[in-house]
Amino acid sequence: METEKLTFTGNESAALGAKLARVEVVATYPITPQSTIVENLSRFIANGELKAEIINAESEHAAISICIGASLSGARTFTATASQGLVLMHEMLHWAAGARTPIVMAVTNRALCVPWSLHADFQDAISQRDTGWIQFYCENNQEVLDTIIQAYKISEDKRVLLPSMVSLEGFILTHTVERVDVPKQKDVDEFLPPYKNEFFYIDPENPLAENVVVLPDWYMEYRYQQEVAMQNAKEVIDKVSKEYFDKIGRNWGGLIEAYMMEDAEVAVVTMGTIAGTARVAVREMRKKSGKKVGLIKVRCFRPFPVEEFKKFSSLKALAVIDRSYSFGCGGPLCTEVKSAFYNTEEKPLILGVVAGLGGRDVNVGDIINVLEKTIEVSKTGKVERETIWLNLKGEQLR
Amino acid sequence: MPSKPISIKDFPKDEFMVKGHTACPGCGMAIAVRQALKILGKNTVLAIPAGCIAGGSTTGPFPLSGFALPTVYCSFDETAAFLAGIETALKVKGLKEKFNVVGIAGDGGTADIGLQCLSGAVERGHKIIYICYDNEAYMNTGIQRSGTTPYGAWTTTTPVGSLRMFKQEPKKDMPQIMIAHKIPYVATASPAFPSDLAGKIKRAMEIGGPAYIHIHTPCPTGWRFPPEKTIEVARLAVLSGMWILYEVENGVFKLNVKISKRKPVKEYLSIQGRFRHLTAEDLEKIQKEVDENCKRVGM
Repeated sequence: METEKLTFTGNESAALGAKLARVEVVATYPITPQSTIVENLSRFIANGELKAEIINAESEHAAISICIGASLSGARTFTATASQGLVLMHEMLHWAAGARTPIVMAVTNRALCVPWSLHADFQDAISQRDTGWIQFYCENNQEVLDTIIQAYKISEDKRVLLPSMVSLEGFILTHTVERVDVPKQKDVDEFLPPYKNEFFYIDPENPLAENVVVLPDWYMEYRYQQEVAMQNAKEVIDKVSKEYFDKIGRNWGGLIEAYMMEDAEVAVVTMGTIAGTARVAVREMRKKSGKKVGLIKVRCFRPFPVEEFKKFSSLKALAVIDRSYSFGCGGPLCTEVKSAFYNTEEKPLILGVVAGLGGRDVNVGDIINVLEKTIEVSKTGKVERETIWLNLKGEQLR
Repeated sequence: MPSKPISIKDFPKDEFMVKGHTACPGCGMAIAVRQALKILGKNTVLAIPAGCIAGGSTTGPFPLSGFALPTVYCSFDETAAFLAGIETALKVKGLKEKFNVVGIAGDGGTADIGLQCLSGAVERGHKIIYICYDNEAYMNTGIQRSGTTPYGAWTTTTPVGSLRMFKQEPKKDMPQIMIAHKIPYVATASPAFPSDLAGKIKRAMEIGGPAYIHIHTPCPTGWRFPPEKTIEVARLAVLSGMWILYEVENGVFKLNVKISKRKPVKEYLSIQGRFRHLTAEDLEKIQKEVDENCKRVGM
């Protein structure tokens, strides 16, 4: 495998991923920390490095609508946004999924207002959980580039035909330079053939009506098809990950990555860059104290890897770290992990941890503390508090 | 080059709004859209948002559809953005020259909730034709006030009560908003003047876009008149000067239908139930405004 080893920010990696995927229509609206993705794509197009049309929309709501129109008309389509822009898109995210448009969108995760914040937080993407999009969360810039290319192959698979979001945390990845191996265009072209939709097309000889009104006699069947597509996506994601490995030489796992889990007794479950920090914490704890700890990195939040989690039902305890929150309930990832084990005969105790909201740093020491607490839970057999807010100033509710 | 009216006997025989639509009897929109589609012809892609044209008349329900044309039903608020996406994809595929990319939306979908995206799309210069059928309220949801509801009209959200009476604000002037965008073609039309309407659609097709055509489409259900009077009401709007038929091509204004002896607005207003509460004073106020508007365009 020939690759070019260079250094890029997360946003440059996202733009490169879209370029290598030979996107044909890009529509975006500027927002921090996304803007440099569209700036890079604009430059590629202006220099003739990428043959595509770019539309500077008047809002994110319009940007995603333009993408839906373009995708329904047969173009491979890309957009990127964050935070308020993503939640402004919310209405059209449902449209994109229901219309079965295989759009890929980079989300440079940023906290939502109020209070104002520019920094990393998954509340934007997690709030789109039920829109019917496939959701990937990336640990580093290399994974961003690779996942964007993979996402097109997954989304455009005719068993799937659903849009994909690829999340990279604001500033932590978007504006941080890392080494990135850039695959050769020829290898990507072989991995990802041009987009052709056999279900939607614009043909006056055989006119199609798309997105028509459906009455109660058929609506449920339409929605069930979306669920079938999501379930199919699980298999397709695994398959595409393996194909990518064969062609390009990297495998990030399918829906999850189990790290040092072979003999683990307790583990931490998380997504995105916190998984990178947790990787170091697990390694250090094992090295220093020989404690049997591991990491389960959730790469794909939708479809949710229920079956993959069930394989870990014999663990004694898990801590789930969320970089977002569902007020009045708990961490969204934690809630999902708990529900995955509900019908298993044995199940781990689960400790909810909320950390890193609004870009607050989560370091190796923090994860070691969480794992120590999890070991304690595994020994006492008791979870005293369902959710801990990590490093919170002041007292916490009991 | 101004539009040339097309004689009705030269209208194509093709029908793209197929038989059996479920719009109300006498629907002005259905008449106008049928006329427009005949001229637009087979190589047309439609984007249709929520509104009478979708909710009430043509989208089905599944497995039916009312248009014999490739049609994308789009969200209420993003007709022009969908058009921009379709147009751009066709451009990328080298197919744009073959197609008219046309949106047909109501006054609410155009002047209110869809105004931002329409402004964005025409400012970016997409080669699209946007048709607004203006029945002067949210008719599909049950006659609620919109930005283009005229002064004095009753609607279900501007009822005639003892404390508050009818719509107090003037009608939002959509064509002027589009003219302010300096796009190549803006026109007004009426289903009572089909030759003029057809000529304007043709001109928009020749120019390619962005083109904006605003059609005044009387609504028997919401305006409270018998369904057989739709064309009469539409014609009276023009003959009284309440609706002026003009076009602006590349900044050049042309009055297409000059009414030498205007009828009093009372004739237009009094055959509609939505204005029945108006006093002689109200009528005088409306007449004065119409006189001023007509004077401004040399009529």
